[in-house]
Amino acid sequence: MAITQISAFLENKPGKLAEAITSITEAGINIRALNLAETKDFGILRLIVSDVAKAKETLGKEIIIKETPVVAVKMEDHSGALKEILDVLSGANVNIEYVYAFTGAMRDSAYVVFRVDDIAEAESILSQNGIATLKDEDMTEFLSSLK
Amino acid sequence: MKNYYQPEIETASRERILEIQNEKIVKQVKHVYDNVPYYRNLMEKKGLTPEDIKSVDDIKKLPFLTKDDLREAYPYGLLGTDIKNCVRIQSTSGTTGKRVVAFYTQKDIDMWEECCARAIVAAGGTDEEVCQICYGYGLFTGGPGLNGGSHKVGCLTLPMSSGNTDRQIQFMIDLNATILCCTPSYAAYIGETLAEQGYRPEDNKLKAGIFGAEPWTREMREGIEKSLGIKAYDIYGLTELSGPGVSFECEEQHGMHINEDHFYAEIIDPETGEVLPEGEKGELVFTSLDKEGFPLLRYRTKDICILSREKCSCGRTHVKMTKPLGRSDDMMIIRGVNVFPSQIEAVLLKEGFTPNYQIVVDRVNNSDTFDIYVEFSPEVFSDKIAEIQQSEHKLSSAMRSMLGIDPKIHLVAPKSIVRSEGKAVRVIDKRKLV
Repeated sequence: MAITQISAFLENKPGKLAEAITSITEAGINIRALNLAETKDFGILRLIVSDVAKAKETLGKEIIIKETPVVAVKMEDHSGALKEILDVLSGANVNIEYVYAFTGAMRDSAYVVFRVDDIAEAESILSQNGIATLKDEDMTEFLSSLK
Repeated sequence: MKNYYQPEIETASRERILEIQNEKIVKQVKHVYDNVPYYRNLMEKKGLTPEDIKSVDDIKKLPFLTKDDLREAYPYGLLGTDIKNCVRIQSTSGTTGKRVVAFYTQKDIDMWEECCARAIVAAGGTDEEVCQICYGYGLFTGGPGLNGGSHKVGCLTLPMSSGNTDRQIQFMIDLNATILCCTPSYAAYIGETLAEQGYRPEDNKLKAGIFGAEPWTREMREGIEKSLGIKAYDIYGLTELSGPGVSFECEEQHGMHINEDHFYAEIIDPETGEVLPEGEKGELVFTSLDKEGFPLLRYRTKDICILSREKCSCGRTHVKMTKPLGRSDDMMIIRGVNVFPSQIEAVLLKEGFTPNYQIVVDRVNNSDTFDIYVEFSPEVFSDKIAEIQQSEHKLSSAMRSMLGIDPKIHLVAPKSIVRSEGKAVRVIDKRKLV
Protein backbone atom coordinates (compact mmCIF):
# COMPACT_ATOMS: atom_id res chain seq x y z
CA MET A 1 0.00 0.00 0.00
CA ALA A 2 2.78 2.37 0.86
CA ILE A 3 4.29 4.80 -1.58
CA THR A 4 7.87 4.65 -2.80
CA GLN A 5 10.44 7.10 -1.69
CA ILE A 6 13.76 7.46 -3.42
CA SER A 7 16.65 8.42 -1.20
CA ALA A 8 19.96 9.50 -2.60
CA PHE A 9 23.40 10.08 -1.14
CA LEU A 10 24.68 13.61 -1.60
CA GLU A 11 28.09 14.95 -0.75
CA ASN A 12 27.95 17.92 1.56
CA LYS A 13 29.32 20.31 -1.07
CA PRO A 14 27.92 23.28 -2.98
CA GLY A 15 26.13 22.27 -6.16
CA LYS A 16 25.48 18.63 -5.30
CA LEU A 17 21.75 19.09 -4.70
CA ALA A 18 21.46 21.17 -7.86
CA GLU A 19 23.15 18.41 -9.88
CA ALA A 20 20.72 15.78 -8.63
CA ILE A 21 17.67 17.95 -9.23
CA THR A 22 18.92 18.92 -12.68
CA SER A 23 19.17 15.34 -13.83
CA ILE A 24 15.66 14.58 -12.55
CA THR A 25 14.29 17.68 -14.24
CA GLU A 26 15.96 16.83 -17.53
CA ALA A 27 14.35 13.41 -17.41
CA GLY A 28 10.97 15.11 -17.16
CA ILE A 29 10.25 13.86 -13.66
CA ASN A 30 8.08 15.88 -11.33
CA ILE A 31 8.98 16.08 -7.65
CA ARG A 32 6.02 15.75 -5.31
CA ALA A 33 7.86 16.08 -2.05
CA LEU A 34 11.42 16.63 -0.99
CA ASN A 35 13.37 16.40 2.21
CA LEU A 36 17.10 16.74 2.85
CA ALA A 37 18.76 15.41 5.98
CA GLU A 38 22.30 16.49 6.64
CA THR A 39 25.28 15.26 8.64
CA LYS A 40 28.73 16.82 8.86
CA ASP A 41 30.02 14.79 5.92
CA PHE A 42 27.05 14.12 3.66
CA GLY A 43 23.36 14.64 3.01
CA ILE A 44 20.49 12.27 2.32
CA LEU A 45 18.01 13.52 -0.24
CA ARG A 46 14.56 11.96 0.05
CA LEU A 47 12.13 12.34 -2.82
CA ILE A 48 8.61 11.42 -3.75
CA VAL A 49 8.43 11.64 -7.54
CA SER A 50 6.00 11.20 -10.37
CA ASP A 51 7.92 8.34 -11.98
CA VAL A 52 9.87 6.15 -9.60
CA ALA A 53 11.34 3.84 -12.25
CA LYS A 54 12.62 6.69 -14.35
CA ALA A 55 13.98 8.53 -11.32
CA LYS A 56 15.84 5.43 -10.20
CA GLU A 57 17.36 4.98 -13.59
CA THR A 58 18.37 8.61 -13.97
CA LEU A 59 19.74 9.23 -10.49
CA GLY A 60 21.12 5.74 -9.98
CA LYS A 61 23.54 6.24 -12.82
CA GLU A 62 25.34 8.98 -10.94
CA ILE A 63 24.82 8.51 -7.24
CA ILE A 64 23.89 5.86 -4.72
CA ILE A 65 20.14 5.61 -4.34
CA LYS A 66 17.77 3.48 -2.40
CA GLU A 67 14.09 2.75 -2.69
CA THR A 68 12.12 2.73 0.55
CA PRO A 69 8.42 2.29 1.18
CA VAL A 70 6.95 5.09 3.27
CA VAL A 71 3.48 5.80 4.57
CA ALA A 72 1.81 8.84 3.01
CA VAL A 73 -1.39 10.29 4.36
CA LYS A 74 -3.59 12.94 2.85
CA MET A 75 -5.01 15.22 5.47
CA GLU A 76 -7.06 18.33 5.65
CA ASP A 77 -5.12 21.56 5.64
CA HIS A 78 -6.17 22.88 9.03
CA SER A 79 -4.67 23.17 12.49
CA GLY A 80 -4.78 19.90 14.40
CA ALA A 81 -4.97 17.58 11.39
CA LEU A 82 -1.44 16.28 11.86
CA LYS A 83 -1.98 15.93 15.60
CA GLU A 84 -4.89 13.54 15.02
CA ILE A 85 -2.73 11.25 12.92
CA LEU A 86 0.18 11.39 15.32
CA ASP A 87 -2.11 10.57 18.24
CA VAL A 88 -3.24 7.43 16.44
CA LEU A 89 0.32 6.32 15.73
CA SER A 90 1.71 7.07 19.15
CA GLY A 91 -1.37 5.46 20.75
CA ALA A 92 -0.41 2.26 18.93
CA ASN A 93 3.22 2.70 19.90
CA VAL A 94 4.44 3.11 16.32
CA ASN A 95 7.87 4.68 16.23
CA ILE A 96 8.42 7.29 13.51
CA GLU A 97 11.95 7.45 12.16
CA TYR A 98 11.44 10.68 10.28
CA VAL A 99 8.61 12.67 8.79
CA TYR A 100 8.07 15.42 6.30
CA ALA A 101 4.98 17.18 5.04
CA PHE A 102 3.90 19.17 2.06
CA THR A 103 0.88 21.35 1.44
CA GLY A 104 -0.75 23.09 -1.46
CA ALA A 105 -0.65 20.27 -3.93
CA MET A 106 -4.43 20.44 -3.95
CA ARG A 107 -6.60 23.04 -2.51
CA ASP A 108 -7.34 22.55 1.19
CA SER A 109 -5.23 19.45 1.51
CA ALA A 110 -1.82 18.53 2.83
CA TYR A 111 0.26 15.38 2.74
CA VAL A 112 2.47 13.92 5.36
CA VAL A 113 5.08 11.21 4.74
CA PHE A 114 6.13 8.89 7.56
CA ARG A 115 9.12 6.58 7.67
CA VAL A 116 8.33 3.74 10.06
CA ASP A 117 9.83 0.29 10.52
CA ASP A 118 6.60 -1.66 10.16
CA ILE A 119 4.68 -0.16 7.26
CA ALA A 120 1.86 -2.71 7.30
CA GLU A 121 1.20 -2.21 10.97
CA ALA A 122 1.18 1.57 10.67
CA GLU A 123 -1.16 1.47 7.71
CA SER A 124 -3.58 -0.91 9.34
CA ILE A 125 -3.73 1.20 12.48
CA LEU A 126 -4.34 4.33 10.43
CA SER A 127 -7.04 2.65 8.39
CA GLN A 128 -8.75 1.29 11.53
CA ASN A 129 -8.97 4.90 12.60
CA GLY A 130 -10.44 6.01 9.31
CA ILE A 131 -7.27 7.61 8.00
CA ALA A 132 -6.52 6.66 4.40
CA THR A 133 -2.99 6.15 3.20
CA LEU A 134 -1.79 6.61 -0.36
CA LYS A 135 -0.41 4.17 -2.90
CA ASP A 136 1.99 4.84 -5.72
CA GLU A 137 -0.99 4.77 -8.13
CA ASP A 138 -2.67 7.52 -6.12
CA MET A 139 0.36 9.69 -6.66
CA THR A 140 0.29 9.03 -10.40
CA GLU A 141 -3.46 9.65 -10.65
CA PHE A 142 -3.19 12.71 -8.55
CA LEU A 143 -0.47 14.04 -10.80
CA SER A 144 -2.40 13.42 -13.97
CA SER A 145 -5.44 15.14 -12.45
CA LEU A 146 -3.31 18.25 -12.13
CA LYS A 147 -2.59 18.41 -15.83
CA MET B 1 83.35 15.15 32.26
CA LYS B 2 82.27 12.22 30.11
CA ASN B 3 79.61 9.92 31.43
CA TYR B 4 79.21 6.33 30.35
CA TYR B 5 77.29 3.50 31.93
CA GLN B 6 79.72 0.85 30.68
CA PRO B 7 82.79 2.84 29.59
CA GLU B 8 84.94 -0.19 28.77
CA ILE B 9 82.53 -1.31 26.08
CA GLU B 10 80.96 2.00 25.03
CA THR B 11 84.36 3.48 24.21
CA ALA B 12 86.12 0.26 23.16
CA SER B 13 88.37 0.35 20.11
CA ARG B 14 86.91 -0.71 16.77
CA GLU B 15 89.10 -3.80 16.91
CA ARG B 16 87.80 -4.77 20.33
CA ILE B 17 84.16 -4.29 19.23
CA LEU B 18 84.77 -6.42 16.16
CA GLU B 19 86.40 -9.08 18.29
CA ILE B 20 83.35 -9.20 20.59
CA GLN B 21 80.98 -9.29 17.63
CA ASN B 22 82.87 -12.07 15.86
CA GLU B 23 82.95 -14.19 18.96
CA LYS B 24 79.23 -13.66 19.61
CA ILE B 25 77.97 -14.22 16.07
CA VAL B 26 79.60 -17.63 15.74
CA LYS B 27 77.94 -18.75 18.98
CA GLN B 28 74.63 -17.11 18.15
CA VAL B 29 74.26 -18.66 14.70
CA LYS B 30 74.98 -22.08 16.16
CA HIS B 31 72.48 -21.42 18.96
CA VAL B 32 69.77 -20.39 16.50
CA TYR B 33 70.50 -23.26 14.11
CA ASP B 34 70.23 -25.76 16.93
CA ASN B 35 67.18 -24.26 18.64
CA VAL B 36 65.03 -22.52 16.02
CA PRO B 37 63.84 -24.99 13.36
CA TYR B 38 62.16 -22.17 11.45
CA TYR B 39 65.48 -20.41 10.89
CA ARG B 40 67.46 -23.61 10.42
CA ASN B 41 65.10 -24.39 7.59
CA LEU B 42 65.80 -20.98 6.00
CA MET B 43 69.55 -21.61 6.33
CA GLU B 44 69.27 -25.06 4.84
CA LYS B 45 67.43 -23.66 1.86
CA LYS B 46 70.52 -21.53 1.22
CA GLY B 47 72.80 -24.47 1.82
CA LEU B 48 74.24 -22.91 4.96
CA THR B 49 75.46 -24.54 8.14
CA PRO B 50 76.75 -22.72 11.25
CA GLU B 51 80.32 -23.49 10.11
CA ASP B 52 79.84 -21.07 7.21
CA ILE B 53 79.61 -18.14 9.63
CA LYS B 54 83.05 -17.41 11.00
CA SER B 55 82.79 -13.65 11.57
CA VAL B 56 80.43 -10.72 11.14
CA ASP B 57 81.64 -10.50 7.54
CA ASP B 58 79.73 -13.72 6.90
CA ILE B 59 76.44 -12.33 8.24
CA LYS B 60 75.60 -11.15 4.73
CA LYS B 61 75.27 -14.82 3.68
CA LEU B 62 72.45 -15.41 6.17
CA PRO B 63 68.78 -15.32 5.16
CA PHE B 64 66.66 -12.32 6.14
CA LEU B 65 63.78 -12.37 8.55
CA THR B 66 60.82 -10.09 7.99
CA LYS B 67 57.65 -9.26 9.84
CA ASP B 68 55.94 -11.87 7.64
CA ASP B 69 58.20 -14.54 9.07
CA LEU B 70 57.37 -13.37 12.56
CA ARG B 71 53.69 -13.61 11.78
CA GLU B 72 54.04 -17.01 10.21
CA ALA B 73 56.04 -18.33 13.12
CA TYR B 74 53.69 -16.79 15.72
CA PRO B 75 53.76 -17.41 18.59
CA TYR B 76 56.55 -19.88 19.36
CA GLY B 77 58.21 -20.48 15.99
CA LEU B 78 61.16 -18.17 16.60
CA LEU B 79 61.57 -18.91 20.27
CA GLY B 80 65.27 -19.50 20.87
CA THR B 81 65.20 -21.43 24.11
CA ASP B 82 62.97 -23.63 26.20
CA ILE B 83 59.93 -21.62 27.24
CA LYS B 84 60.69 -22.38 30.89
CA ASN B 85 63.87 -20.30 30.57
CA CYS B 86 61.84 -17.24 29.58
CA VAL B 87 60.63 -14.78 32.16
CA ARG B 88 58.81 -12.13 30.12
CA ILE B 89 56.75 -11.46 27.02
CA GLN B 90 56.45 -8.05 25.37
CA SER B 91 54.47 -7.25 22.28
CA THR B 92 54.24 -4.62 19.60
CA SER B 93 51.75 -1.82 19.99
CA GLY B 94 48.14 -2.47 19.17
CA THR B 95 48.49 -4.06 15.75
CA THR B 96 46.34 -7.17 16.01
CA GLY B 97 46.92 -8.25 12.45
CA LYS B 98 50.69 -8.07 12.72
CA ARG B 99 51.29 -8.50 16.40
CA VAL B 100 54.76 -9.60 17.38
CA VAL B 101 55.28 -11.53 20.58
CA ALA B 102 58.85 -11.46 21.86
CA PHE B 103 60.26 -13.66 24.60
CA TYR B 104 62.93 -12.67 27.11
CA THR B 105 65.12 -14.67 29.42
CA GLN B 106 66.41 -12.89 32.53
CA LYS B 107 69.70 -12.36 30.70
CA ASP B 108 67.82 -10.75 27.80
CA ILE B 109 66.03 -8.42 30.23
CA ASP B 110 69.33 -7.46 31.87
CA MET B 111 70.93 -6.75 28.51
CA TRP B 112 67.93 -4.67 27.39
CA GLU B 113 67.88 -2.70 30.63
CA GLU B 114 71.62 -2.08 30.38
CA CYS B 115 71.08 -0.64 26.91
CA CYS B 116 68.45 1.71 28.36
CA ALA B 117 70.81 2.55 31.22
CA ARG B 118 73.46 3.57 28.66
CA ALA B 119 70.88 5.89 27.10
CA ILE B 120 69.96 7.46 30.45
CA VAL B 121 73.61 8.03 31.38
CA ALA B 122 74.31 9.46 27.90
CA ALA B 123 71.54 11.98 28.61
CA GLY B 124 73.42 13.04 31.73
CA GLY B 125 71.69 10.67 34.16
CA THR B 126 73.32 9.58 37.44
CA ASP B 127 72.06 7.83 40.57
CA GLU B 128 70.99 11.24 41.85
CA GLU B 129 68.18 11.54 39.30
CA VAL B 130 64.46 11.30 39.72
CA CYS B 131 63.42 9.63 36.50
CA GLN B 132 59.79 10.09 35.48
CA ILE B 133 58.65 7.46 32.98
CA CYS B 134 55.44 8.20 31.17
CA TYR B 135 55.75 5.70 28.38
CA GLY B 136 53.01 3.10 28.52
CA TYR B 137 53.71 0.10 30.73
CA GLY B 138 52.51 -3.40 29.97
CA LEU B 139 53.04 -5.23 26.70
CA PHE B 140 54.47 -2.07 25.14
CA THR B 141 58.25 -2.01 25.63
CA GLY B 142 58.58 1.74 26.30
CA GLY B 143 57.70 1.77 29.99
CA PRO B 144 59.32 -1.51 31.09
CA GLY B 145 62.55 -0.81 29.16
CA LEU B 146 63.25 2.65 30.54
CA ASN B 147 62.01 1.57 33.95
CA GLY B 148 64.65 -1.16 34.04
CA GLY B 149 67.33 1.19 32.72
CA SER B 150 66.46 3.74 35.37
CA HIS B 151 66.83 1.10 38.10
CA LYS B 152 70.19 0.00 36.73
CA VAL B 153 71.48 3.57 36.83
CA GLY B 154 70.14 3.91 40.35
CA CYS B 155 67.70 6.71 39.65
CA LEU B 156 64.65 7.18 41.83
CA THR B 157 62.10 5.86 39.36
CA LEU B 158 58.60 7.25 38.94
CA PRO B 159 56.68 4.56 36.99
CA MET B 160 53.90 6.92 35.89
CA SER B 161 52.87 5.20 32.65
CA SER B 162 51.07 7.35 30.08
CA GLY B 163 48.16 9.72 30.49
CA ASN B 164 46.64 11.69 33.37
CA THR B 165 48.65 14.81 32.61
CA ASP B 166 47.61 16.68 35.76
CA ARG B 167 49.01 13.90 37.92
CA GLN B 168 52.16 13.76 35.78
CA ILE B 169 52.69 17.46 36.41
CA GLN B 170 51.96 17.18 40.12
CA PHE B 171 54.54 14.40 40.55
CA MET B 172 57.04 16.17 38.30
CA ILE B 173 56.88 19.34 40.39
CA ASP B 174 56.37 17.89 43.88
CA LEU B 175 58.95 15.10 43.55
CA ASN B 176 61.51 17.12 41.61
CA ALA B 177 61.75 14.89 38.54
CA THR B 178 65.00 15.52 36.67
CA ILE B 179 64.66 13.17 33.70
CA LEU B 180 61.53 12.67 31.64
CA CYS B 181 60.97 9.61 29.43
CA CYS B 182 57.99 9.54 27.05
CA THR B 183 56.98 10.00 23.44
CA PRO B 184 58.01 13.36 21.97
CA SER B 185 54.38 14.30 21.34
CA TYR B 186 53.51 13.68 24.97
CA ALA B 187 56.54 15.70 26.10
CA ALA B 188 55.31 18.58 23.95
CA TYR B 189 51.85 18.21 25.42
CA ILE B 190 53.19 18.25 28.99
CA GLY B 191 55.16 21.38 28.09
CA GLU B 192 52.04 23.12 26.84
CA THR B 193 50.00 22.06 29.84
CA LEU B 194 52.69 23.31 32.23
CA ALA B 195 52.58 26.69 30.52
CA GLU B 196 48.78 26.76 30.67
CA GLN B 197 48.93 26.08 34.39
CA GLY B 198 51.23 29.05 34.81
CA TYR B 199 54.56 27.22 35.24
CA ARG B 200 57.65 28.72 33.64
CA PRO B 201 60.33 26.39 32.21
CA GLU B 202 62.57 27.16 35.23
CA ASP B 203 59.86 26.07 37.69
CA ASN B 204 60.60 22.39 37.09
CA LYS B 205 63.81 20.54 37.95
CA LEU B 206 64.00 18.59 34.68
CA LYS B 207 67.33 18.65 32.90
CA ALA B 208 66.92 16.01 30.22
CA GLY B 209 64.32 14.04 28.36
CA ILE B 210 64.59 10.72 26.51
CA PHE B 211 62.00 10.62 23.79
CA GLY B 212 61.26 7.91 21.27
CA ALA B 213 58.72 5.47 19.82
CA GLU B 214 57.59 7.93 17.16
CA PRO B 215 59.13 10.25 14.59
CA TRP B 216 59.76 13.86 15.54
CA THR B 217 61.26 16.86 13.83
CA ARG B 218 64.06 19.23 14.74
CA GLU B 219 61.45 21.95 15.29
CA MET B 220 59.60 19.74 17.68
CA ARG B 221 62.80 19.03 19.57
CA GLU B 222 63.51 22.74 19.89
CA GLY B 223 59.96 23.38 21.07
CA ILE B 224 60.18 20.68 23.75
CA GLU B 225 63.61 21.84 24.92
CA LYS B 226 62.35 25.40 25.25
CA SER B 227 59.05 24.65 26.92
CA LEU B 228 60.51 22.26 29.50
CA GLY B 229 63.93 23.90 29.84
CA ILE B 230 65.76 20.65 29.07
CA LYS B 231 67.98 18.92 26.56
CA ALA B 232 65.99 16.36 24.53
CA TYR B 233 67.54 13.04 23.46
CA ASP B 234 66.29 10.58 20.90
CA ILE B 235 66.11 6.84 21.54
CA TYR B 236 65.40 4.04 19.07
CA GLY B 237 64.41 0.43 19.33
CA LEU B 238 61.93 -2.22 18.41
CA THR B 239 60.23 -5.01 20.27
CA GLU B 240 61.60 -7.58 17.83
CA LEU B 241 65.10 -6.83 19.12
CA SER B 242 64.29 -5.93 22.74
CA GLY B 243 62.67 -2.50 22.87
CA PRO B 244 63.98 1.04 23.31
CA GLY B 245 67.74 1.27 23.66
CA VAL B 246 68.85 -0.51 20.52
CA SER B 247 70.38 2.88 19.83
CA PHE B 248 70.40 6.22 21.63
CA GLU B 249 71.61 9.78 21.31
CA CYS B 250 74.58 11.24 23.13
CA GLU B 251 75.27 14.87 24.01
CA GLU B 252 76.12 15.57 20.35
CA GLN B 253 72.41 15.08 19.53
CA HIS B 254 73.49 14.06 16.08
CA GLY B 255 72.67 10.45 15.30
CA MET B 256 72.11 7.53 17.65
CA HIS B 257 74.84 5.14 18.81
CA ILE B 258 73.85 1.54 18.17
CA ASN B 259 74.67 -0.85 21.01
CA GLU B 260 76.90 -2.80 18.67
CA ASP B 261 78.07 -5.32 21.21
CA HIS B 262 74.48 -6.65 21.17
CA PHE B 263 73.05 -5.63 17.81
CA TYR B 264 74.92 -5.88 14.54
CA ALA B 265 73.62 -3.36 12.00
CA GLU B 266 73.67 -3.51 8.21
CA ILE B 267 72.21 -1.21 5.58
CA ILE B 268 70.78 -2.99 2.57
CA ASP B 269 69.18 -2.06 -0.70
CA PRO B 270 65.52 -2.82 0.07
CA GLU B 271 64.94 -3.95 -3.52
CA THR B 272 67.89 -6.31 -4.01
CA GLY B 273 68.79 -7.16 -0.43
CA GLU B 274 72.40 -6.29 -1.20
CA VAL B 275 74.51 -4.82 1.61
CA LEU B 276 75.37 -1.17 0.96
CA PRO B 277 78.63 0.53 1.96
CA GLU B 278 78.77 2.82 4.99
CA GLY B 279 77.25 6.23 4.38
CA GLU B 280 74.65 5.03 1.92
CA LYS B 281 70.96 5.28 2.59
CA GLY B 282 69.03 2.03 2.77
CA GLU B 283 67.05 -0.33 4.94
CA LEU B 284 68.35 -1.03 8.40
CA VAL B 285 68.84 -4.72 9.21
CA PHE B 286 69.72 -6.00 12.68
CA THR B 287 71.23 -9.21 13.90
CA SER B 288 70.82 -9.83 17.58
CA LEU B 289 74.21 -11.08 18.77
CA ASP B 290 73.33 -12.48 22.16
CA LYS B 291 69.56 -12.61 22.68
CA GLU B 292 68.44 -15.99 24.02
CA GLY B 293 64.65 -15.91 24.08
CA PHE B 294 64.02 -14.28 20.74
CA PRO B 295 67.27 -14.33 18.79
CA LEU B 296 66.51 -12.74 15.42
CA LEU B 297 69.19 -12.87 12.73
CA ARG B 298 69.14 -10.34 9.90
CA TYR B 299 65.80 -8.85 10.83
CA ARG B 300 64.63 -6.28 8.30
CA THR B 301 63.36 -3.25 10.23
CA LYS B 302 61.96 -1.54 7.11
CA ASP B 303 63.36 1.70 8.54
CA ILE B 304 65.40 3.64 6.03
CA CYS B 305 68.51 5.28 7.44
CA ILE B 306 72.24 5.87 7.12
CA LEU B 307 75.05 4.51 9.29
CA SER B 308 78.15 6.48 10.16
CA ARG B 309 81.37 5.49 11.89
CA GLU B 310 82.68 9.03 12.04
CA LYS B 311 84.42 9.82 15.30
CA CYS B 312 81.98 11.20 17.86
CA SER B 313 83.03 13.89 20.31
CA CYS B 314 81.27 12.05 23.14
CA GLY B 315 83.99 9.40 23.03
CA ARG B 316 81.66 6.53 22.20
CA THR B 317 82.98 4.34 19.43
CA HIS B 318 79.77 2.57 18.49
CA VAL B 319 78.38 3.17 15.02
CA LYS B 320 75.74 5.88 14.69
CA MET B 321 72.48 5.71 12.77
CA THR B 322 70.41 8.61 11.59
CA LYS B 323 66.85 8.95 12.73
CA PRO B 324 64.73 6.79 10.39
CA LEU B 325 64.32 8.83 7.22
CA GLY B 326 61.37 6.83 6.00
CA ARG B 327 60.10 3.30 5.58
CA SER B 328 60.65 0.72 2.89
CA ASP B 329 57.13 -0.54 3.49
CA ASP B 330 53.93 1.40 3.99
CA MET B 331 53.89 1.37 7.78
CA MET B 332 52.97 4.63 9.48
CA ILE B 333 53.60 5.51 13.08
CA ILE B 334 50.58 7.38 14.39
CA ARG B 335 50.51 8.46 18.04
CA GLY B 336 53.31 5.99 18.65
CA VAL B 337 51.36 3.08 17.20
CA ASN B 338 52.34 1.14 14.08
CA VAL B 339 49.64 1.26 11.43
CA PHE B 340 49.59 -0.55 8.10
CA PRO B 341 47.14 0.43 5.34
CA SER B 342 46.52 -3.30 4.76
CA GLN B 343 45.01 -3.55 8.24
CA ILE B 344 42.61 -0.72 7.47
CA GLU B 345 41.63 -2.39 4.23
CA ALA B 346 40.96 -5.67 6.01
CA VAL B 347 38.66 -4.00 8.54
CA LEU B 348 36.76 -2.15 5.81
CA LEU B 349 36.06 -5.36 3.89
CA LYS B 350 35.12 -7.23 7.03
CA GLU B 351 32.63 -4.52 8.00
CA GLY B 352 31.03 -4.46 4.56
CA PHE B 353 32.57 -1.22 3.31
CA THR B 354 34.38 -0.65 0.05
CA PRO B 355 38.16 -0.89 0.10
CA ASN B 356 38.22 2.57 -1.46
CA TYR B 357 39.70 4.69 1.26
CA GLN B 358 42.22 7.35 2.02
CA ILE B 359 44.17 7.92 5.20
CA VAL B 360 45.09 11.47 6.13
CA VAL B 361 47.60 11.94 8.91
CA ASP B 362 48.59 15.35 10.20
CA ARG B 363 50.08 16.85 13.30
CA VAL B 364 48.09 19.58 14.97
CA ASN B 365 49.40 21.11 18.22
CA ASN B 366 52.04 18.39 18.41
CA SER B 367 49.60 15.55 18.37
CA ASP B 368 48.75 13.31 15.44
CA THR B 369 45.38 13.52 13.75
CA PHE B 370 44.20 10.38 11.98
CA ASP B 371 41.31 10.54 9.52
CA ILE B 372 40.04 7.78 7.27
CA TYR B 373 37.86 8.71 4.31
CA VAL B 374 35.80 5.78 3.05
CA GLU B 375 33.71 5.73 -0.08
CA PHE B 376 30.06 4.90 0.42
CA SER B 377 28.73 1.70 -1.04
CA PRO B 378 25.08 0.88 -1.77
CA GLU B 379 25.22 -1.73 1.02
CA VAL B 380 26.01 0.88 3.63
CA PHE B 381 23.68 3.54 2.31
CA SER B 382 20.36 3.98 4.06
CA ASP B 383 17.62 6.56 4.01
CA LYS B 384 17.99 6.74 7.78
CA ILE B 385 20.86 8.77 9.20
CA ALA B 386 20.83 6.74 12.39
CA GLU B 387 21.51 3.56 10.45
CA ILE B 388 24.44 5.08 8.58
CA GLN B 389 25.84 6.46 11.82
CA GLN B 390 25.50 3.04 13.36
CA SER B 391 27.59 1.41 10.67
CA GLU B 392 30.04 4.30 10.98
CA HIS B 393 30.35 3.63 14.72
CA LYS B 394 30.71 -0.07 14.14
CA LEU B 395 33.52 0.67 11.71
CA SER B 396 35.17 3.02 14.22
CA SER B 397 35.21 0.45 16.96
CA ALA B 398 36.44 -2.30 14.62
CA MET B 399 39.29 0.05 13.62
CA ARG B 400 40.04 0.82 17.23
CA SER B 401 40.28 -2.81 18.21
CA MET B 402 42.45 -3.64 15.19
CA LEU B 403 44.78 -0.64 15.40
CA GLY B 404 44.74 0.30 19.06
CA ILE B 405 44.03 3.93 18.21
CA ASP B 406 40.92 5.78 17.18
CA PRO B 407 40.67 7.14 13.66
CA LYS B 408 38.02 9.67 12.67
CA ILE B 409 35.85 8.05 10.00
CA HIS B 410 34.35 10.08 7.16
CA LEU B 411 31.98 8.51 4.66
CA VAL B 412 32.32 10.13 1.26
CA ALA B 413 30.74 9.77 -2.16
CA PRO B 414 31.72 6.86 -4.38
CA LYS B 415 34.62 7.66 -6.70
CA SER B 416 35.34 10.87 -4.81
CA ILE B 417 38.74 9.73 -3.51
CA VAL B 418 41.39 11.09 -5.80
CA ARG B 419 43.07 8.52 -7.97
CA SER B 420 46.38 9.39 -9.50
CA GLU B 421 46.98 7.59 -12.78
CA GLY B 422 44.25 5.14 -11.93
CA LYS B 423 45.84 4.18 -8.63
CA ALA B 424 44.21 5.53 -5.50
CA VAL B 425 46.41 7.53 -3.17
CA ARG B 426 45.99 5.62 0.07
CA VAL B 427 48.00 7.70 2.46
CA ILE B 428 48.49 11.42 2.75
CA ASP B 429 50.94 12.19 5.52
CA LYS B 430 51.13 15.92 6.08
CA ARG B 431 53.37 15.74 9.13
CA LYS B 432 56.66 16.47 7.30
CA LEU B 433 58.62 14.46 9.83
CA VAL B 434 61.85 13.97 7.93
